[in-house]
Amino acid sequence: MSSQLDLRNAARVGLLAGVVTLGISAVGMLESFDTRDLIVGLLTLGQLVLFSAPFFAGYRVTLGEGKSDVGPAAVGGVVAGALTAVPPIALILLTLAAPNIRNSLVNVSPELISLLSLGASEVVGSLLLLVVMAVLGVAGAMFHILPDAIRKPLVSGLGWMLGFAILSEVSLNILRPVLGRGLMRALFGTKGITPLLAAIIFVAAIGLTIWWSKNGKQRYESRKAAMSEAQIKQSRRVSIGVGIVSLLILPIILGTYLTEVVDNVGLFILMGMGLNIVVGFAGLLDLGYVAFFAIGAYVMGILTSQGALGIGHMSFWLALPIAVGTAVLAGVTLGIPVLRMRGDYLAIVTLGFGEIIRVLATSDLLKPYIGGAQGILQIGKPTIFGFEMVKPIHFYYLILAGVGLAVFVASRLRDARLGRQWMALREDEDVAEAMGIHLVSTKLLAFGIGAAFSGLAGAIFSARLSSIFPHSFNLLISINVLSLIIVGGIGSLPGVVVGALVLVGLPELLREFAEYRMLLYGALLIAMMIARPEGLWPSPVTKREFHAAEEEEAMGGAQ
Amino acid sequence: MALLEATNVTKQFGGLTAVNDFTFTVEKGAIDSIIGPNGAGKTTFFNCITGFYQFEEGAIVFDGHSVNGRSTDQITRMGISRTYQNIRLFSQMTTIENILVGMEPQLHTSWIGALFRLPPTVKEETKALNEARRLLDFVGLTGKGDDLSRNLSYGDQRRLEIARALAAKPKLLLLDEPTAGMNPRESAETTEFIRRLRDELGITILLIEHDMRVVMGISENITVLDYGAKIAEGGPSDIQSNPRVIEAYLGRGAAASATIEIES
Repeated sequence: MSSQLDLRNAARVGLLAGVVTLGISAVGMLESFDTRDLIVGLLTLGQLVLFSAPFFAGYRVTLGEGKSDVGPAAVGGVVAGALTAVPPIALILLTLAAPNIRNSLVNVSPELISLLSLGASEVVGSLLLLVVMAVLGVAGAMFHILPDAIRKPLVSGLGWMLGFAILSEVSLNILRPVLGRGLMRALFGTKGITPLLAAIIFVAAIGLTIWWSKNGKQRYESRKAAMSEAQIKQSRRVSIGVGIVSLLILPIILGTYLTEVVDNVGLFILMGMGLNIVVGFAGLLDLGYVAFFAIGAYVMGILTSQGALGIGHMSFWLALPIAVGTAVLAGVTLGIPVLRMRGDYLAIVTLGFGEIIRVLATSDLLKPYIGGAQGILQIGKPTIFGFEMVKPIHFYYLILAGVGLAVFVASRLRDARLGRQWMALREDEDVAEAMGIHLVSTKLLAFGIGAAFSGLAGAIFSARLSSIFPHSFNLLISINVLSLIIVGGIGSLPGVVVGALVLVGLPELLREFAEYRMLLYGALLIAMMIARPEGLWPSPVTKREFHAAEEEEAMGGAQ
Repeated sequence: MALLEATNVTKQFGGLTAVNDFTFTVEKGAIDSIIGPNGAGKTTFFNCITGFYQFEEGAIVFDGHSVNGRSTDQITRMGISRTYQNIRLFSQMTTIENILVGMEPQLHTSWIGALFRLPPTVKEETKALNEARRLLDFVGLTGKGDDLSRNLSYGDQRRLEIARALAAKPKLLLLDEPTAGMNPRESAETTEFIRRLRDELGITILLIEHDMRVVMGISENITVLDYGAKIAEGGPSDIQSNPRVIEAYLGRGAAASATIEIES
């Protein structure tokens, strides 16, 4: 009876994986991923995705039952893997039956069919796919019941190898000046890594993992346990120092293109830090956050532009406090009418506010002042002691300083009285007020401080690009910032950084993803909410009763 | 001297009169109770005192100052704290953070000070933390200060709610069914604890309670509400034998026979 139920589950999981495969094939994602080599000559990103489906379906079949026996696991794996192949095979055969299918399914190209049928003809390829996927299903099932001592090194070996291959462009950029031409060619293809490098990484990762679990971990932990209080403090100070130094030299290692990517991520971190105060700390769902970003950018633009629209022709540094101040003022102004609103109502009103600002920016009414759809051009660059900041690396340091300031402010306030007031407000507004908390000032401070960071990000954004257009300030920015907070872990400061790296940094690096960015965003958000609703790096509970002294020390050290 | 004086308070929800022409006083240093059947308007009256509801008619004067038209935070700062019938802790905050929030009326430093760790702020925060630890001990939650309050047991959550209310250093503490859902032993402990609050801290206490053992055990003065109106007032023994009270609880027919049971 129970084995029958298992088979039904295996069939369900397998068909689900198959339907997902069919879906991403039909929208063209698989084919577009196939143009990206991971390991030159061996594996493309498209193939990886295609073969992951039966593997994970097989893996999933044995999940949740503890370590089951080899026999039932293999049967479940075969069923799940083979059924994963059914929907794609149906697609292949459909192209045989109806050659002009492309009229309605434009992405079902010969290249896609050739990818799905593994390079063979349709009928042979279908059978081949069935067999390969069934085998992969068994592999997935077996993988799950492998003992940890074998599975863990394998996971890390495969993980590092594939991760490195996907991000090969980053390492290519970093290593190009260091390695010679010949060595480069031996290790990297135009896209992806060579089998040689893949093998090196695979073996090295496995070796390190085995060494770590055999010796390293114990040695590390015993050494850590033997450290005195002063040594712990010193090692913490050293690691913070190393962290700061590596942040400072990072753009030099990364090169121009990657620094530009990091700049972009940094601006989103800055906005995320601000929105995290509003949404994460105070629980006020703000969907119009882009408005303050736009206000900061436009004020900076108008005040420093050398073009026709510029007034004041101020320097960046003079305009910066005005831009941030205007954003704060807008934040407080928005805050006043929504003081009594909660949850969905607040979200809708703030959404409207964001749209109003965007519409105003495109409007004919304000066109004489802020340029309408033509935007503002020739925005001034910041200068320090006569040195003009133009390159991404210069802005990197500017943004780093801004992020540092935001982290400082957010972490100090979180651990202070105001942070507690915000959290109480988030948990239960009525009771918070009944505790003696002044709702008006607490909410307005959250809106104001949150808007300040967004305004700061906007001001830097506009100086960095030298010209701004209204379409840069659409709703999608607000959604992106909110998503990165949720993915990172709502209310968590490191979570904002992790979220921005995943949601802003990764898509920039994987340009094949660009077209399917929103699809992957949606899938990622759903997966996160099911598997890890607290976020990638959730905020820890602050220990106050017993570890107060140590906590203070840590905070003091972090600055 | 009366600490709390309510005169002719009336609160209506549309056509329903929840509190009807209610006049009521609590003496300083007393432990008094309001009882009555479900829906009699007891919690509504608490909500009128604490500013959750604005009432249509009448006046409530606390410690010589009117509470009419004041917001809940102002009333808390005047010296009235409360607990809730269905526990309303800040569930994602730790035990000690809940108490620290309760301490709000005593805290005065601003966020600017917190940003730069100015000496007055640091001093105030240290003092508040020590005071919170002391309160933790007082209500018997030592060692649970860093637990999220939603992870506490039911009884501990009730204690924490009282500790949070005490943190405001109130003159008057309103307890809304403090022993609801407790077994007889826990109820007895809580009763003893409430008495300690008055005897050791000198806080005047007004409670709503359904457990007659608790009510009769600690109340000095009991007021009975039914359909929003006061139907009886007096010491425990007066109330127990009052036919109108028995009628309100048990219905007209049962009243006569029940009187004998309660007295025995």
